[in-house]
Amino acid sequence: MRSWVFLIVALIVAAAVFAAALLVRTTYGDYLLFAGYVVLQYVVLATAWNILGGYCGYVNFGSAAFFAIGAYTTVALHKLGANPGRYLSDTPFEVLGTLLPLSLPTLILLGGIVSGLVGFGMGYLTLRLRGVFFAIATLAMAVVLQTIVVNWDYVGGSRGAYIIRPDAAEIGPVSLAYIQYLFLAMMLLAVFALWVARTIERSRMGLGLAAIRDDEPAAEASGVPTLRLKLAATALSGALMGMAGAPFPYYVGYVEPANAFGLPYAVNAIAMPMIGGTTTWAGPLVGALVLGSLQQIATVTFRSEASLLIVGVLLVGFVIVAPRGIVGLVENWRRPKKKKLKSPQ
Amino acid sequence: MNTASAPILQVKGLSKRFGGFVALDDIDLDVGQGERLGLIGPNGSGKSTLVNCICGTLQNETGTVHFNGHALNGAPAHKRTHLGLARSFQLPRPFASMTVADNIRVPLLYTVRQRTGLVHSHIDLGRRCVELLALVGLEHLAERSPRDLSQVDMRKLELARAVASEPKLLIADEAMAGLSHSEVEDIVQLLLRLNKDEGITVILIEHIMRAVMSFSQRLAVLVSGRKIADGKPDEVVNNPQVVSAYLGQ
Repeated sequence: MRSWVFLIVALIVAAAVFAAALLVRTTYGDYLLFAGYVVLQYVVLATAWNILGGYCGYVNFGSAAFFAIGAYTTVALHKLGANPGRYLSDTPFEVLGTLLPLSLPTLILLGGIVSGLVGFGMGYLTLRLRGVFFAIATLAMAVVLQTIVVNWDYVGGSRGAYIIRPDAAEIGPVSLAYIQYLFLAMMLLAVFALWVARTIERSRMGLGLAAIRDDEPAAEASGVPTLRLKLAATALSGALMGMAGAPFPYYVGYVEPANAFGLPYAVNAIAMPMIGGTTTWAGPLVGALVLGSLQQIATVTFRSEASLLIVGVLLVGFVIVAPRGIVGLVENWRRPKKKKLKSPQ
Repeated sequence: MNTASAPILQVKGLSKRFGGFVALDDIDLDVGQGERLGLIGPNGSGKSTLVNCICGTLQNETGTVHFNGHALNGAPAHKRTHLGLARSFQLPRPFASMTVADNIRVPLLYTVRQRTGLVHSHIDLGRRCVELLALVGLEHLAERSPRDLSQVDMRKLELARAVASEPKLLIADEAMAGLSHSEVEDIVQLLLRLNKDEGITVILIEHIMRAVMSFSQRLAVLVSGRKIADGKPDEVVNNPQVVSAYLGQ
């Protein structure tokens, strides 16, 4: 399937899911939209992680930091938009006040740009490291960024910041409740992330990233510009994670470092692709839908703390039984058995 | 350099240390265009380190490497490949998650296209893949995983992948290690075809003296990071220094 055909099909599926969500809302209220938003957010995060971790083989433990950068970009710009005269008057940036407050799509775009730039910088500093050393460096970066935010008073520091969610959003003549708007935005973002991931996977870049994952010195010897590709993957992965985090303040209404940099984001971003399968765009989607839904069910039927327990148990189980994830299991089941071949004498 | 042609590779005063250990000490080596050079030496003599320094996997501390008129010092390995310098690895390093054909597509997409600026269609790429696999006798295994290959086929895939980048110079690092007598002969014939038919200059690093002697026009010998002999194969193997240091007689 060509890339643009895939995009159209994905948009049709997204439209159908959104219509279904609006229909069941009359029966179940807004809960399904709130739960669905979280699952879709994990689809974006897992897909973003997989671009670097799955396609390229570089494990990033700092996903929560990129997510938080997106969230805090929104917090900073929201605060600026709430009182532009206070922060921008008598400065060279006074004219920017006329553009504020920014719309949610603009905030998502800016969150992605800031996170992408941080991803590029992190990549530049750390991509000469490999394996566990790279993973530790990403973890260290998350700690450094969280410390900066905790000490940044403008965005609330350790106290956190309140964002008052509007009641409704207007899209042309249509008025949507804000949670519907957030759900729709995250749905479109998930489609975009999947389209980006699939396009990369089937492109020259995807082949280069797979070569790096399989054997980096051999890839370099085959002419693959490994550092450049890794930087592109890090920036793209970071940008998508930041985009996933940008609407977060409007979703929760109160952002503090502990929840924006929360462990569940870092763990789920890794676990979902691992459980779904890391070598294809469908893996993170399947992993996020399965694991995200299970976590939401556990939260309402048992307790929210059980969600990470589910992740841990499933992750250990899949690493042992099916290291290529659910997609790998399906591929193995569909593939005919092969015999070891010998070259003709 | 015992060749009439202009050197395609010039190594001058190259040294490499690992901590206090001197792996290469002031190595000079010229390789002529179209030449077949055998590089021999006991284990630990610095052959692979020299290859790694020439190909950019390791950076040398002193000395210079010139390839086809380009100074290579500091250039990353992929840029050296784009210039026409290819290598195979001592232990085969296939891209294990890909098919055999995709292993060949990587250098085709990243080197040939980079160098020529041509955007190859899928058909062109596919045709070239088949040609390259046919050259090494692996065309019937194109859609298989490298994990399914025998040792000799893995070696051939390694060479086909190196040749896919359309190199001017190919460095074959122990491409025959662990192979049977007939398989060694297969690889020697393949390297000879690459040299004669494709015009590729070849440096063969090998312990199998029968293969080295039948293949090489010239022989260089490394011992303990120093080049102790360089000349015609018959003269070099009778050189008393080589005999005592390398052949142990």
